Amino acid sequence: MIEVTDLRRVYGGGFEAVRGIDFSVRRGEVFALLGTNGAGKTSTVELLEGLAAPAGGRVRVLGHDPHTERAAVRPRTGVMLQEGGFPSELTVAETTRMWAGCVSGARPAGEALERVGLSGKAHTRVKQLSGGERRRLDLALALLGEPEVLFLDEPTTGLDAEGRRATWDLVRELRDGGTTVLLTTHYLEEAESLADRLAILHRGRIAATGTPAEVTATQPSRISFELPEGYFVGDLPPLGELGVGGHETDGRTVRLRTRELQRAATALLVWADRAGVELRGLDVRSASLEEAFLQIAEHASGTAAAGATETVTATATAMESEGYAA
Amino acid sequence: MNETEAPGRPAGTGTRGTGTRGTRGTTGSAGTGPRASAGTGRAAASTSLGRIGALARAELTLLGRSKGTLVAALFVPLVLPLSVRSAATKMDLAEAGLSVGTVVLPAAVGFSLLFAVYSALVGVFVVRREELVLKRLRTGELRDAEIIAGSALPASLTGLAQCLLLTAACSLLLDLPAPPAPHLAVAGLLLGLVLCAALAAVTASHTRTGESAQVTPMPLMIVSMMGSGMFVPLELLPDRLASVCELLPLTPVLTLVRAGWTGALPAGETLAALATAVAWTALAVFAVRRWFRWEPRR
Repeated sequence: MIEVTDLRRVYGGGFEAVRGIDFSVRRGEVFALLGTNGAGKTSTVELLEGLAAPAGGRVRVLGHDPHTERAAVRPRTGVMLQEGGFPSELTVAETTRMWAGCVSGARPAGEALERVGLSGKAHTRVKQLSGGERRRLDLALALLGEPEVLFLDEPTTGLDAEGRRATWDLVRELRDGGTTVLLTTHYLEEAESLADRLAILHRGRIAATGTPAEVTATQPSRISFELPEGYFVGDLPPLGELGVGGHETDGRTVRLRTRELQRAATALLVWADRAGVELRGLDVRSASLEEAFLQIAEHASGTAAAGATETVTATATAMESEGYAA
Repeated sequence: MNETEAPGRPAGTGTRGTGTRGTRGTTGSAGTGPRASAGTGRAAASTSLGRIGALARAELTLLGRSKGTLVAALFVPLVLPLSVRSAATKMDLAEAGLSVGTVVLPAAVGFSLLFAVYSALVGVFVVRREELVLKRLRTGELRDAEIIAGSALPASLTGLAQCLLLTAACSLLLDLPAPPAPHLAVAGLLLGLVLCAALAAVTASHTRTGESAQVTPMPLMIVSMMGSGMFVPLELLPDRLASVCELLPLTPVLTLVRAGWTGALPAGETLAALATAVAWTALAVFAVRRWFRWEPRR
């Protein structure tokens, strides 16, 4: 449904916002572009939406170039911009009616508003809506034409927890109905829970891509605890034999990284039990997307990171050996 | 289940045709997959006219809610002709083959074009751009020319209605006879509407904020009022100055409107006026296609 090859975008001042990215999104899939602010998410989505021409590379949406073949693509796509885009003095109903007049096969306005829980606000002016209500209005309009491909640029920014859940449910419902969804987000939780596949963007390049589980799997799990009084790191059982790949200490706090969480945790707890000591602040956690994300943000800069997941792996390995040295 | 869609062209529907960027009739599918499951089953493809109409309707609502624009657009063009009239009664018009009526009426049309159409539309384009409305509209099925046409339609129709009203008022109050060459006046008025909408889009391209949209239309407005025969008919200016003023964008519009009532424009001059107006319009359309900004500067 969406094919992106060696895509580049350069702004007027020479700033290269998108530096040669590749990915594809299959029919009925939710694909998330994850990244910090300035990573190139919106710049990328705007190219997919056809709002701008790429500086290099190729985009195909539904088999067409979204920029030069607008008439072929637009009736089949729905777009939610990152912000705004509605005259502040129109009411919600007027805005919906206007947009419906510009969409092929538009659903009835009332139904569209009900879908996002805005029925009660039909006669409210857009300027009086809260940020979250505006996001929901934007979503309602993006869905008016029952699009086959939906672009959502930070769909839940500014929403409260309840609104966010409602939007997630709606996106899942759409996906189950066969809609292809490409969304950007800086909420890891959102990418983790919604996306079938994702790409982590960093400085205009894809630093990691795959299913949330695949991206997470490149990261070690973590165990942290406080050393009991009178004990030193050297008093612990040999870490290598526990399956621990690296460790660091911060005062009395010890942090271990491992790819064999159960084995390492068991060995540690058995040791503590036998030694008769209490491990305060014990925290055992599986690898998370958050760690993958943070590591990329911290360490993947400057590298020619076209090699996708390799970078993460390499970074993680580097961290581990660093840990050993410490 | 691909249906062939033949999108209508924006044709001469709006008050203007800013080129046809992106208006290729492309084959697309209008109703596949999820859409077929829509309960009401309305899978009709949107049409160019329908889209312009929907946008124009929303813009008309917005015009009605914009008090400042309304006052400037509706009130000022009704008042300014009065001052032209008092000035015109002191001019030596008979020698130039003019009367108070044939001075005041074209001036009134000019004021209407400048205030109700040109100046108002600069504000509309700039505010919509800064509110990201234009960007949002460009994500949909609307073509660029349709967005401009739909946005410009309400103000242009307001200007048209105002011109007709002012014409009727001038005819009644200033004893103007029926125009001997109405086709010239009609041509002038229509060209003027299209030209002013296009020039507004050009001006908006060089205007950053809604506040500066109050100022950036001023140069063209002042030059037009002084040099296009609104306050002083070109016939009363020195020849050399007059021949320069003939090249200003609104001069041919006013010349044609005036000629509708005097009926005294030789064929060569009529053609020259038409050519000048068309050239300005073409230039403005070119500039819009080339430089119009659809998004705020980053």
